[in-house]
Amino acid sequence: SSSSPPCKVDGFPRRSMRRARQRRSHSSSQFRYQSSQVELTPLPLLKDAPVAELHDLFCKKLQQCCVLFDFLDCVADLKGKEIKRAALNELVESVATSRGVLIEPLYPEAIKMISVNIFRTLPPSENPEFDPEEDEPALEASWPHLQLVYEFFLRFLESPDFQPSLAKRYVDQKFVLQLLELFDSEDPREREYLKTILHRVYGKLLGLRAYIRKQINNIFLRFIYETERFNGVAELLEILGSIINGFALPLKSEHKQFLVRVLIPLHTAKSLSIFHAQLAYCVVQFMEKDATVTEHIIRGLLRYWPKTCTQKEVMFLGEIEEILDVIEPSQFIRVQEPLFKQIAACISSPHFQVAERALYFWNNEYILSLIEENCQVILPLVFGTLYRVSKEHWNQTIISLIYNVLKTFMEMNSKLFDELTASYKVEKQKEVKKERERAELWRNLEDLQERRLQSLTEASRNQKNLQERENTTKSQSETSAANTT
Amino acid sequence: KNNVNIKEIGPGMAGADSDDSLYPIAVLIDELRNEDVQLRLNSIKKLSTIALALGVERTRTELLPFLTDTIYDEDEVLLALAEQLGNFTMLVGGPEYVHCLLPPLESLATVEETVVRDKAVESLRKISHEHSPVDLEVHFEPLVKRLASGDWFTSRTSACGLFSVCYPRVSSTVKAEIRQHFRTLCSDDTPMVRRAAASKLGEFAKVLELEYVKSDIISLFTALASDEQDSVRLLAVEAGVSIATLLPQEDLEALVMPTLRQAAEDKSWRVRYMVADKFSDLQKAVGPEITKNDLVPAFQNLLKDCEAEVRAAAANKVKEFCENLPEDSRETIIMTHILPCVKELVSDTNQHVKSALASVIMGLSTILGKDNTIEHLLPLFLAQLKDECPEVRLNIISNLDCVNEVIGIRQLSQSLLPAIVELAEDAKWRVRLAIIEYMPLLAGQLGVEFFDEKLNSLCMAWLVDHVYAIREAATCNLMKLVEKFGAEWAQNTIVPKVLGMANDPNYLHRMTTLFCINALSEVCGQEITTKHMLPVVFKMSNDQVANVRFNVAKSLQKIGPVLDSNCLQTEVKPVLEKLASDQDMDVKYFAQEAISGSSTGLFMEKQCALFPLSKKCFRDTWLPKCFVQLFTKQTILLFILTPNLPAEPSCSVYHHLLNLSLGSHI
Repeated sequence: SSSSPPCKVDGFPRRSMRRARQRRSHSSSQFRYQSSQVELTPLPLLKDAPVAELHDLFCKKLQQCCVLFDFLDCVADLKGKEIKRAALNELVESVATSRGVLIEPLYPEAIKMISVNIFRTLPPSENPEFDPEEDEPALEASWPHLQLVYEFFLRFLESPDFQPSLAKRYVDQKFVLQLLELFDSEDPREREYLKTILHRVYGKLLGLRAYIRKQINNIFLRFIYETERFNGVAELLEILGSIINGFALPLKSEHKQFLVRVLIPLHTAKSLSIFHAQLAYCVVQFMEKDATVTEHIIRGLLRYWPKTCTQKEVMFLGEIEEILDVIEPSQFIRVQEPLFKQIAACISSPHFQVAERALYFWNNEYILSLIEENCQVILPLVFGTLYRVSKEHWNQTIISLIYNVLKTFMEMNSKLFDELTASYKVEKQKEVKKERERAELWRNLEDLQERRLQSLTEASRNQKNLQERENTTKSQSETSAANTT
Repeated sequence: KNNVNIKEIGPGMAGADSDDSLYPIAVLIDELRNEDVQLRLNSIKKLSTIALALGVERTRTELLPFLTDTIYDEDEVLLALAEQLGNFTMLVGGPEYVHCLLPPLESLATVEETVVRDKAVESLRKISHEHSPVDLEVHFEPLVKRLASGDWFTSRTSACGLFSVCYPRVSSTVKAEIRQHFRTLCSDDTPMVRRAAASKLGEFAKVLELEYVKSDIISLFTALASDEQDSVRLLAVEAGVSIATLLPQEDLEALVMPTLRQAAEDKSWRVRYMVADKFSDLQKAVGPEITKNDLVPAFQNLLKDCEAEVRAAAANKVKEFCENLPEDSRETIIMTHILPCVKELVSDTNQHVKSALASVIMGLSTILGKDNTIEHLLPLFLAQLKDECPEVRLNIISNLDCVNEVIGIRQLSQSLLPAIVELAEDAKWRVRLAIIEYMPLLAGQLGVEFFDEKLNSLCMAWLVDHVYAIREAATCNLMKLVEKFGAEWAQNTIVPKVLGMANDPNYLHRMTTLFCINALSEVCGQEITTKHMLPVVFKMSNDQVANVRFNVAKSLQKIGPVLDSNCLQTEVKPVLEKLASDQDMDVKYFAQEAISGSSTGLFMEKQCALFPLSKKCFRDTWLPKCFVQLFTKQTILLFILTPNLPAEPSCSVYHHLLNLSLGSHI
């Protein structure tokens, strides 16, 4: 089969086919445990079946769909693949349209069929430096069947006949854990299905909710602190966005902990850009639920502020603006000082996009009104930077934006503005002086350390000398004693 | 907030003892709290300086409580702090006070950031050895317990790394508690903690009494190895290897083998990969009998695994596995069980698998001996030499020495040559670079005739490659060849060709001549250099391209040591002086460098010889300030003494010198 001609049975672009063929055995890890390949024979159509035999036939079709096929070898067992595809289509159709199909004995069979098909160890990534933004994802070769299985699962969950009380015996914690692990799939189509399905499971099986949240926590923590690799972060965050929306007030400490210890640290990830929109949405959701978390959020973001990656810095500024858009004035006062120190630092960034993004805050009416109310505090924080950068920045756009900001401040509070202008030079000199004093302090400290170490080494040397002398005198006396005897 | 006038505390510090009071903690703490992270980080990195200024008592009573209370900072600062505290024992007053360091390190061991936490654990492990057995039980062990029962997973994760350092030195009741805590963490709710426990399981087992290894560790190992998450299971594999080394042979089969067998067939490729990766260690741990009965079939399966990652990891171990097979049955096992799998891997679909195999397969020849190598391995080598992937071919060529010892390289040379030629002309320059690096080795094995006949032209062709890195490697290669074949060979074969390039119309090729001369002059010796190379260099000093001219200056400086002083004075110096008045400023610069460089070279060397010594004596903290002063004195002294110094730096002479320069023992 290694010489199988290139084919496009599943309509993938050529690149993914090539990759799939190189990795020919990956999804066949499922086959290791199938002792022998069963030959499928077509069953009668569900729609032709008499009502009495319908459930039996449905069950048989489910069992038939438990047979797995090798899709990396695209010409292998085409007949069997087609039979399974048709059966899956029928099952999807039947669950979606006819009522009364889902009776109790079918639940274990359906869940078994789903488990056998979707649960697998995901293959090693073809490209160890896979960059979700740049590289084409490796697509799942068995998608023609897998998609239908996912579709069936979704229809099954959405069916009006679906009874959570029956399903919870089979859709248990272990099942959910395996489902969550699949979110690491490189194939975005698969993750899209998983997202909708997990959302439905969360919605319908109340007993699993806490467990699902906890496991998502674990996935995120592992992503942040251990591997930095997980393909489904954006999808999981999207689900969480709507979960947060439904949190009851006051927020449980579990949820606050999730915000502070998981969502905020997620901002440190290298691949932030892939899920930043979803993450920022979750963060803002939290704030809208409960304004008292605002300070945690802003201080958290400031703590993880990017130091070298300007692209991320722009994202952070975007998120800050989203937050400020809905911030309560009382909360604003609590964070304005550290926040505007950071904003001032951004304004003086030599990367003009960062500076520009920060200066755009002054175009936002609500933020401007907050600044105006707290002008006495904010203006002294940013004035020095604005003044300096307006003279030094290389980019003309930045300079003109800064002039606008300075003008706005002048109009807001001309008295304070004049005072700051007048004292600017003095402040600068004070800073220089302080800097000199610091240097002096450290110089003296180091002098002191040097002397201490010197006296320490001298002491130890003296001790050593003393010991040696003692030893030699001792040995001398011994030898002399030996001589006399 | 900083209301202390620094002027007051600055100068005028008389004796070391009266300094303590001059540094109010507030000033120092202000430094540790500076708004600028970078400054804060710098201060933390010099925490030992601050502690020294405060003295041991105030470090204990003021500095450490401050550090403990204010641990909420950037991870980078925390990391520096965690590292510093590991070396703080002397600064708090020695081992009897070392437990003062525990509170800040405990907090650091609970932070989120893995790097910080790991560093804190490392420091804790370090200072645990400095605790007396009593302190260990009174201070250290309770800390471990607190961490092990912490609310958040981070502290429990950190605890996992601390059990093994305190276990051996505590009483048996405390030991029982520690074992209980470890057991609890192995079945922790969060996978992060179970992973940490699994990764420390082997280390912990090593410090346990054998009876507890059997009763406790085995069940923990079995549980972790069948965890629901493959990331936990794979860590248990390594622990399994450590545990196996601890158990007596008769217990292995019953206690660890079932679990290890199961790991080798795990449904997750990550676990199987781990087994393949640790296979040699495993083999050593379980001994020859189990190897024969169990590991051979398991290894076969791994070599035939459906995931390329696993096959590649196993292929990497082929040689080591075969080497360590019990001698009585080694050949049979290899011939009947391993070799068939190896044969299949030679034509694997995945290039990583093939190249992993190619990097070790040659090693089998020493194990199997001449006849088997010729009959069974040679066809495989030849197949790999023709592989489509250059990395595979390179790996074979780079390991030729193993085969050379067994059957001689001649057997291969017919196939070798086309492979080498093809790699030598590969479109990727990195491949060409790699094969150049093996040339000296090949030349040594193939002998001078074969080399002259087949490979010499390749080596010369690389000199005019269009990639600089290749030309550079080619010059270096020539030098190594001359080292192998001698100066006479050089004079007859390569020197004429190299010198011929001096007339090339392309200035890059003319420069290559100079680079070759730089590399070859020393190995060719004075006669060839003076007679044949120097005239060419002189001629090139009139080159119309400035780059060539300043490289002439550089070359003259390089080959100067090879020439005799008469030649330097009468021939080289005038040429350099002419170049020093060149109209191009770079040429001028390098010519002047060459003129002045030759006289100062020796002096600088002696100066540098002193440097490490003084550094050793006074620690690097002492140096920067005093060095300038010292340097000046040494300079004068060395001018006087250099001619009389022994060639090998003898410690006493330098020590004396140092004392002289410090003005102490005159």
